[in-house]
Amino acid sequence: MQRVAPNNGLADALFKGLCRFFALSVIVLMIAIFIVLVKEAYPSIRAFGWGFLTGSTWDPVAPEFGALPAIYGTLISSLIALAIALPVSLGIAVFITEMSPSWLKAPIGAAIELLAAIPSIIYGMWGLFVFAPLFAEHVQPFFIERLGFIPLFAGAPLGIGMFPAGFILAIMIIPFISSVMRDLFQMVPPILKESGYGVGATKWEVIWKVVVPYAGSGIFGAVILGLGRALGETMAVTFIIGNSFRISASLFDPGTSISAKLANEFTEAVEDIYLSSLVELGLILFVITFMALATAKLMTRRMAIKAGRS
Amino acid sequence: MNKGFLATVLFVFTLCAFGSANAEGLINGAGSTFAYPLYSKWAYEYNKKTGIKLNYQSIGSGGGIKQIKSKTVDFGATDAPLTAKELEESGLMQFPMAIGGVVPVINLAGVKPGEVKLTGELIADIYLGKILKWNDKRLAEINPGVNLPEEKITVVYRSDGSGTTWIFTNYLDKISKAWHEKTGTGTAVNWPTGVGGKGNEGVATYVKRLNGSIGYVEYAYALQNKLTHTRLSNRGRAFVEPSMDSFSAAAGNADWKGTPGFGVILTDQPGKTAWPIAGATFILIYKNPSDCRTTKTMLEFFDWAYVNGVDMARSMDYVPVPLQVYEMMKKAWAKDVKCKE
Repeated sequence: MQRVAPNNGLADALFKGLCRFFALSVIVLMIAIFIVLVKEAYPSIRAFGWGFLTGSTWDPVAPEFGALPAIYGTLISSLIALAIALPVSLGIAVFITEMSPSWLKAPIGAAIELLAAIPSIIYGMWGLFVFAPLFAEHVQPFFIERLGFIPLFAGAPLGIGMFPAGFILAIMIIPFISSVMRDLFQMVPPILKESGYGVGATKWEVIWKVVVPYAGSGIFGAVILGLGRALGETMAVTFIIGNSFRISASLFDPGTSISAKLANEFTEAVEDIYLSSLVELGLILFVITFMALATAKLMTRRMAIKAGRS
Repeated sequence: MNKGFLATVLFVFTLCAFGSANAEGLINGAGSTFAYPLYSKWAYEYNKKTGIKLNYQSIGSGGGIKQIKSKTVDFGATDAPLTAKELEESGLMQFPMAIGGVVPVINLAGVKPGEVKLTGELIADIYLGKILKWNDKRLAEINPGVNLPEEKITVVYRSDGSGTTWIFTNYLDKISKAWHEKTGTGTAVNWPTGVGGKGNEGVATYVKRLNGSIGYVEYAYALQNKLTHTRLSNRGRAFVEPSMDSFSAAAGNADWKGTPGFGVILTDQPGKTAWPIAGATFILIYKNPSDCRTTKTMLEFFDWAYVNGVDMARSMDYVPVPLQVYEMMKKAWAKDVKCKE
């Protein structure tokens, strides 16, 4: 203790204060952004009220604005993405942790992390130039011919639209969901699994009755994390969703999302109410994403408490 | 993670961060993306000659108008002219720098460029969702001898706000009463039907890919992407091909003198050879600028561009401003730009 220089107490305090400042600045920034969004969106909030959330007209000429088709498109494309990404990610995580020979684990892990590093505009262009033509020529006609009587599969084989957007989003969020799941599964104490095998359980039973339940709500957290990313994704969606401000029952019809709408129209919005309505769209996305992430945090905390008790 | 929102914040930051501080020999401008390639080419050549730099941000016409109004730039550039009243209120003057054309493009198997003829009424009804198939009676009527298939028409429009859309909708607005009542003119409108591609390249891609589609792009994009354009009837009831000549004809026939603020809208101009969907791109400057030195430098640059930039413009598929218009501009600058030096 004697070797400690007298001014180290001050350095400690400084360091502590600095770290606290950095940490708090994130919260301050969040609140500041929220305030700015509300302030800028206020003219639109005052003009359209709750009708902004339920209206389905977006007419910059009139000007009359309603956000429902964009909110709908944001949610539906993200849900499609989750519906595809969840089983695939689960499969990847289970394979890596439970089945893969150890020499294969690292390459698969690296490949998935690389998927996460690809810029979203690349996904968008790949979607538009590669995926959309293939989808329009080989997949869509099959569904439209055989299942076209169901509104879900009606429409023209454009190759762009709500489902293609969801599909591209799925590829983009699989790395996030699967890597969190892999970490969760690795946390399962080996003794539990070995006990399972000890009493004669098959691999299938161990995975579904021991590993997955142990990870429990953490899986939910991982999914919401993916959802958070899907909700706000802009460039890739803008390329492939079709940018049409309509709500349609068909998965193949073009739609739009909040972030696509913003990316498209922000630069040319001149009138105050137009700009304000776009900011309000951003505010809605902020709130949706915030709620999704807050839910995830709550769920993972509950899981941590549960794990601590057992 | 949340990019839409991030864009919002960035935009706000950019608005705040722009200083109006001017370095010697530096002109700041912002606006039209349509004119961006031309202005950068001009600026590059002018810089080689004089050492004067142009800092042009192609943030879109809407942004250009906003920035010049908040005086963060020396000039704004817009594809949609401001009205005389707006100019008056904000103390701005505007003048056209170059002219371009918007061209309807289609994708029909076996149909050659320029083979299909269209009228403004027909385009309006296609974009309103009233004409749904290519073998529609009204389309067949004016296209005898063209094999129009029984194929669904897929309408393609610009999903992003753009001057191109403004010119296109302005034309439909003038021609079709139904369009005027239902949709109107704007950089982005409430499209009754169709799919949206981002940017000229987005529309060009969709039209190339989707069979039976129709879209509209700037002339240069139609040329470069080898898209199938259509002929179009004009006010002189003739069917014309889109070309530099037919755009020039539209600009030449327009009433520049009688339009306050030179805010001439070049759609549906008279003349047998005029292309009906042409448009000029405009520059906005202050009549009473606070920084006279920069304004003088700037006007010298524009003057040089009007005179020496003609061939550069042509080579990049822009139509230069007619000579008589340039002379009018010179007079207007001398008369209206007041510098207390």
